[in-house]
Amino acid sequence: MARYMERAENLARILDVHETFSRDTRGAKNWMSIIQLNADEKRFAARYDSATAQNVVNFYVLDTQNPTSIVSAIRSARENARTLRPLISTEMWTQINVFYNRLLALGPSDIAPHNLTRLCNMVKEACQAHTGITEGTFYRDQGWYFYQLGKYLERADQTTRLLDIKYHTLLPFSDDVGSALDVSQWNAVLRSAAGYHAFRRVYPRGMTPAAVAGFMLYNESFPRSVTTCVRQIDGLLVRLKSRYILKGGSVAMERIDEIQAALHSRPVEDVIKGGLHEYLDWLQLHLNTVTQEISKAFFGAVPAEAMAEQ
Amino acid sequence: MNPSGTVPTDLLANYDPGGFFDELFGGPGSPSEHTSAIRGRLSSFDFADLQRRAKDAERELYNLGITFLVYSDQDAVDRILPFDVIPRVISAREWAAVEAGVVQRVTALNMFLHDIYHDQKILKDGVIPADLVLGNHNFRPQMIGLDVPFNTYVHIMGVDLVRDGQGIFRVLEDNARVPSGVSYVVENRHMMMRAFPDLVSDIGIRPVDNYGVKLLEAMSEVAPADIQDPQVVLLSPGSYNSAYFEHIFLAREMGVPLVEGRDLVVKDDRVYMKTTNGLARVDSIYRRIDDAFLDPLAFRPDSQLGVPGIMEAYRKGNVTLANAIGTGVADDKAVYCYVPRMIKYYLDQDAIIPNVETNICREPDGLSYTLDHLHELVVKPVGEAGGYGITIGPRATKAELDDCRAKLLADPSNYISQPMIPLSVCPTLVEDGIEPRHVDLRPFAITGRNTWVLPGGLSRVALRKGTLIVNSSQGGGSKDTWVLE
Repeated sequence: MARYMERAENLARILDVHETFSRDTRGAKNWMSIIQLNADEKRFAARYDSATAQNVVNFYVLDTQNPTSIVSAIRSARENARTLRPLISTEMWTQINVFYNRLLALGPSDIAPHNLTRLCNMVKEACQAHTGITEGTFYRDQGWYFYQLGKYLERADQTTRLLDIKYHTLLPFSDDVGSALDVSQWNAVLRSAAGYHAFRRVYPRGMTPAAVAGFMLYNESFPRSVTTCVRQIDGLLVRLKSRYILKGGSVAMERIDEIQAALHSRPVEDVIKGGLHEYLDWLQLHLNTVTQEISKAFFGAVPAEAMAEQ
Repeated sequence: MNPSGTVPTDLLANYDPGGFFDELFGGPGSPSEHTSAIRGRLSSFDFADLQRRAKDAERELYNLGITFLVYSDQDAVDRILPFDVIPRVISAREWAAVEAGVVQRVTALNMFLHDIYHDQKILKDGVIPADLVLGNHNFRPQMIGLDVPFNTYVHIMGVDLVRDGQGIFRVLEDNARVPSGVSYVVENRHMMMRAFPDLVSDIGIRPVDNYGVKLLEAMSEVAPADIQDPQVVLLSPGSYNSAYFEHIFLAREMGVPLVEGRDLVVKDDRVYMKTTNGLARVDSIYRRIDDAFLDPLAFRPDSQLGVPGIMEAYRKGNVTLANAIGTGVADDKAVYCYVPRMIKYYLDQDAIIPNVETNICREPDGLSYTLDHLHELVVKPVGEAGGYGITIGPRATKAELDDCRAKLLADPSNYISQPMIPLSVCPTLVEDGIEPRHVDLRPFAITGRNTWVLPGGLSRVALRKGTLIVNSSQGGGSKDTWVLE
């Protein structure tokens, strides 16, 4: 549940930012990058002819056949919430239920370019309302810990993906480094993770790819940096195990230790030199292993996706 | 609002129960005293306001997910049970009789179940035909000789009552397996308190929200005797079951885990649930799964919902199931006819709430009466469910009556007959005003050591004009049921 909410919120932010900030030299928007970000190339091609703004937005907002669309994410969150209804608060359920019904009522005019920002704001705010309601009403038992674990695992994964795809698409234009266009692209990356102003506070003067990547990977205070998320996961696992005297989960903790060691040992310049993509790939793989180990340890041998239920 | 666009000053001024017994106004010539304050308040409501509040209430039920699942071609859709905002009101005196009658009936049915799974005295004494019980497909030979705590088999019982033209409550049907609907009773009340504080205040309505506490109490009482602090769970078929909301509701009200079959395991004839920290012992299970699906080793081998080995754990007395296995024989249509005699046999009392008058065609008197009055009776086959094979005399053609007569003569013991009951009505909010609609009542009884009856119950209302069918699948809704202090 937490994972799907996190995914929907991120997607809404990415769509919104894309519409507003991400333009190439001819002022056109490269909507294909969003599809690459979610690794949806095949799925998209099977259903649409071209990556026009209208097609991509429809694919990611309203398309119930696309499992990575916002409406699908919220449907999945709601299905999880339905299964978890005995454990979550009534207010959490009601909000998800109302949110989902609002999404179902949306029509083509709601995703027209001039309405897209409003729609994305609605989705973001509903996801944030969910976070707030959860914080304020969810009983602090084991379920709470698993909920939080799901959220931070998803968030860390999303940040690595965002960085990966943007870095990738930007590399061919290395001639542009330092140009106005390049800066606006990095600007968009940061805004997609709600990190633009935070970044500015840390780096008031410049904006280099390395600084942005370093910020999103390592910053200790930015809530969406991989380091912050992994630190949370570590703390949650430790507290979960000690508070409920749980036997399982040691393997997951070892994997988290490995990730933390990797995050602490290399400055971002080294990472970029050695291949940022490979590094992000390794992180994603390890985060996925953590998910699977948690599932195995506490829920029997359930598939990785079942963690989303938390 | 009426067609001319004016708002009547007295909402109930033109209300006409149409000759039926009315739940708010009473019978013809015997106006209800206990509802006069409520009628007064209702009359002064503004119709548009009433409609708006009704609409808000239904939207809130939907948002809160107080719904059941309906399956369409592709999707599972959440539907609310339509909610009518005009309450059905029962006086303290009327309720005392209903309550006593329900307790009496549950007591007799529990004694009956204990008897047929032990000495079978009632069969030997010829009070109930043995083949009706032993040949019943809900009779479970696995239960023979098994003792259950306090001899309670039917821990949760729903009795479907109707009220006839004289205002007399009668039992239409017993639900002794997994009766549902109690969540609506509690949620309807909460809804009324929120939407109609001005109607509810100072009336003195008996509360219904301690149902979960009472249920947990009973479930703990009936746990295996040696357990100090029994672990109770609610066993649900899962989130795709149409009554899943009620399962959540009850688990939450009891404060116990909601589990599915896959969450439970049986080891050494003891039942455990899987937790994040390994297995934990389970002592008492409120199961919302039918006998047939409960244990693939004992019953249907294709069941995906059950827990293999649970029946053996149950037989060894290591876990309590509520309701017990094999209670379906007690709410069978044919056995129903004999419940008044059962009450006489076990308790030496007359039934406080009579059955709907029933002619048992396997008995010569019943058969001849039925044949003589075919055109005014409803003839039902006992073995069929879901209204299949019923002949409604007053509405049948000559050919249908002849056909019915032939079937009765060929196999009389497969049939019962009953008069058409003019079900009572209750004022109900409809499109353009307040009109009478037929209602029934399902009180719920919980039995552990003793029996407790929830004050009120589920009042179902047939929202379509003229129809007597209150089932939700046939356009039925529900009302809040007020038992006055």
